[in-house]
Amino acid sequence: MAQPPLISTRALSKSYPGVKALDSVDFDLRAGEVHVLFGENGAGKSTLISLLAGANVPTSGEIRLRGDVVALNSVSDAQELGIYTVFQEFSLIPTMTVAENIFLGREPRIGPFIDHLKMRREAGRLLSERGFDIDPTLTVAQLTRAQQQMVEIAKAFHGDLSVLILDEPTASLSDKEVDNLFDFILRMKADGLGIIYISHRINEFARIAERVTVLRDGAKIDTVEMAATTDAALIEMMVGRAIADIYPTIAHNPGDVVLSMENLHAWGVHGVNLEIRRGEVLGVAGLVGSGKSRMFRAMMGLLPIQAGRVSLQGRDLTGLSTPQMMAAGLYYLTSDRKHEGLCLAASATENVSTDLMMGSCGNGLFIANGRIRQERARIFDHVELPERYRHKVTAQLSGGNQQKALFAKSFSHGSEIYIFDEPTVGVDMGTRAALYRLIGELAEAGKAVVVISSDLPEVMNIAHRLVVMAGGRVSAELQGDQIEESAILGHFFSETGTME
Amino acid sequence: METSSTSSGSAFSPLKLLRAVFIRVGVLPFFLATALVIFSLMSQAFLTTNNLINVGRQSVYLVLVSMGQMLVLISGGFDLSVGMVIALSSVVTAMTMVALMPMFPEAVWMVILIGALAGFLVAAMVGALNGIGVAIFGVSPFIMTLGVASAGAGLALFLTGGVPVSNLPTVFGDTFGFGRILNTPVPVIIAAIVAVLMWVYMSRMRPGAQIYAVGGNLKAANLSGIDTRRTLIRVYVMCALMAGLTGILLTARVETGDANMGSSMALESIAACVIAGVSLRGGIGRVENVVLGGIFIILVQNGMNLAQISSYMQMVLLGLLLILAVIFDQIRYRMIMGQR
Repeated sequence: MAQPPLISTRALSKSYPGVKALDSVDFDLRAGEVHVLFGENGAGKSTLISLLAGANVPTSGEIRLRGDVVALNSVSDAQELGIYTVFQEFSLIPTMTVAENIFLGREPRIGPFIDHLKMRREAGRLLSERGFDIDPTLTVAQLTRAQQQMVEIAKAFHGDLSVLILDEPTASLSDKEVDNLFDFILRMKADGLGIIYISHRINEFARIAERVTVLRDGAKIDTVEMAATTDAALIEMMVGRAIADIYPTIAHNPGDVVLSMENLHAWGVHGVNLEIRRGEVLGVAGLVGSGKSRMFRAMMGLLPIQAGRVSLQGRDLTGLSTPQMMAAGLYYLTSDRKHEGLCLAASATENVSTDLMMGSCGNGLFIANGRIRQERARIFDHVELPERYRHKVTAQLSGGNQQKALFAKSFSHGSEIYIFDEPTVGVDMGTRAALYRLIGELAEAGKAVVVISSDLPEVMNIAHRLVVMAGGRVSAELQGDQIEESAILGHFFSETGTME
Repeated sequence: METSSTSSGSAFSPLKLLRAVFIRVGVLPFFLATALVIFSLMSQAFLTTNNLINVGRQSVYLVLVSMGQMLVLISGGFDLSVGMVIALSSVVTAMTMVALMPMFPEAVWMVILIGALAGFLVAAMVGALNGIGVAIFGVSPFIMTLGVASAGAGLALFLTGGVPVSNLPTVFGDTFGFGRILNTPVPVIIAAIVAVLMWVYMSRMRPGAQIYAVGGNLKAANLSGIDTRRTLIRVYVMCALMAGLTGILLTARVETGDANMGSSMALESIAACVIAGVSLRGGIGRVENVVLGGIFIILVQNGMNLAQISSYMQMVLLGLLLILAVIFDQIRYRMIMGQR
């Protein structure tokens, strides 16, 4: 190669007491390419980017920028050299405006005063040059997550940007927002920017990436040209074994309708009719804001119901509180495990004990410790949460293990109806397969199961029946062979034009 | 990432042990050891049986209030109105007894009972007010209990006109203030019983465990099927009842109902809890440690008295001690969550 790569690492390692998080990794990024880092949670992707971003310092090995060895001792060191990282957790201040956020710490001034006019103008320019249509005077809290991401990315373009690192940028975006992001990425690539891209969504890679580097257990398995590989080969490299099929075949024995919504209205939900059956996985797809999650949150008592009726085998449940709905046999698994799902300062054991105490091991005034202990061990075995993580503070667990702990909570109530909201968000492939198996087993055992998901392949593959939401209404209901990508995408927008 | 904290705990080291103790119990053992060393060096009278028994007896009131405060802290809030509840229940109990005495001169025990019930009732009402404000209307515990504290203190002064209420039945003070059973002061016995009940409640009973869950993550607790509003209201009512009990016992001790009683209790009880490892973020805290925390504060005050430190200076030191404890609480929380 005539020109040295934009950024390269040699034998880069990072050790923590007792563990090698990154083991002698060689990696390089060329100008004008998208290079994907692929691997399960805990494989070392986050460690590698934290070293490139300057957030951590390597234990050994070297990082070269355009051939010269550089020391990245802090995030601002890296940014000065043109390496900018957009982490999953944004560094935006929700109460400040877009312009203020973009210029945070380097506000243009007139004497001692901030030049708000110039700041707004410059921010507007920075955004529109990237093709982002955002009003710089809005406060960040008013923006959607996709727009916040655009602001975060715009912050990167202050100086001479040469390397952009994107950590799971599509994790919570709808397909249309993903398209916008990819358009942007392709344009930046054409401008000669190098992009390191971390994602679990394997079907995205072919659209944007030149090369993929697969990591496992802190070590590099291989770097391959995207054109010369297949999804199956990548997954096999990632997990170290062939996964014949991530999605299980779930037997379909639809039973009675157990739960129905009639003309349900809530904030962002405009009259939904829905029937949920035993022995069936009902998939719910739709864009962010389509009401796909809200209608179930309203049903569960997490949002006020404005009108309509929820009934369980003829019994009226409309407007009950969340604990009352749970007592009636419903369980809602939240999409936000960090804020709504787990008590992060407590262990998986403590988290699950709370649910057992309220659920299947709970009655009377005293805690049934013996029964809880037994039941807890059974459930942890069932969700395959390894022994060594059960007594660890959940804040320290990987996304996959946190999600297993959350699933363990859902099995603690002996529920009959399970609503899984984004059940595999930010979870590695190996864990995903395990979670899909658990979901399938529930349906096969005759429970009623709902899976709400923004991940289209996921709902398409595990749902027996699929409801597509648009503009707060059901825009389509598909069965069996009708469940097909182009059909679903068509219904994403079908009704939005006529609605308020 | 779970990898970073798998500390290879093969070799024994004192530093690791200290760290483990700190994470489990908090800063209390270190503070306690330091205090014992310093004060026994400063005064020979400090480390004597008599003095320590004295400390135990004086601790009763703060220990009771601190256990109530602990409930609220574990639920993720705090209660600045405990001092006011002490004053208000003291005044109401005393005034009820004084009013009833002439009517039923022979039925002293009934008068005492009704007086105490009146004190508990007014405490429960204040607690319910706090709880409803916090749980239903979403007012921050800081503002809610601060506002209620002002209102209640004003009410107590208004009721008495600022004059202490005296002429209580002598049996009341003789029994609940100075009485002894098996040579143990009655207030100590009451506090011990309450502490045992509280321990059972928090570690063996479902309503107690629900408080930990609510403080650990309110939304997650709701999604585990816990009625979070009811739990919060219950917590504030129980805290106020503990303060009410303290007010009644203090009234018996000083044999007057006093609207100025307990003014320093809010700060002292929060300090006792935080020093005892109750997290200001909620979800973490143990009854037995809080009992020790309350005793520790009184021990420090007693030591400072013996060392002839002025009461003004004592206020300065107590405030600094609280801030220091909160700083250690922050460090401990980071250690628990695992530094990345």
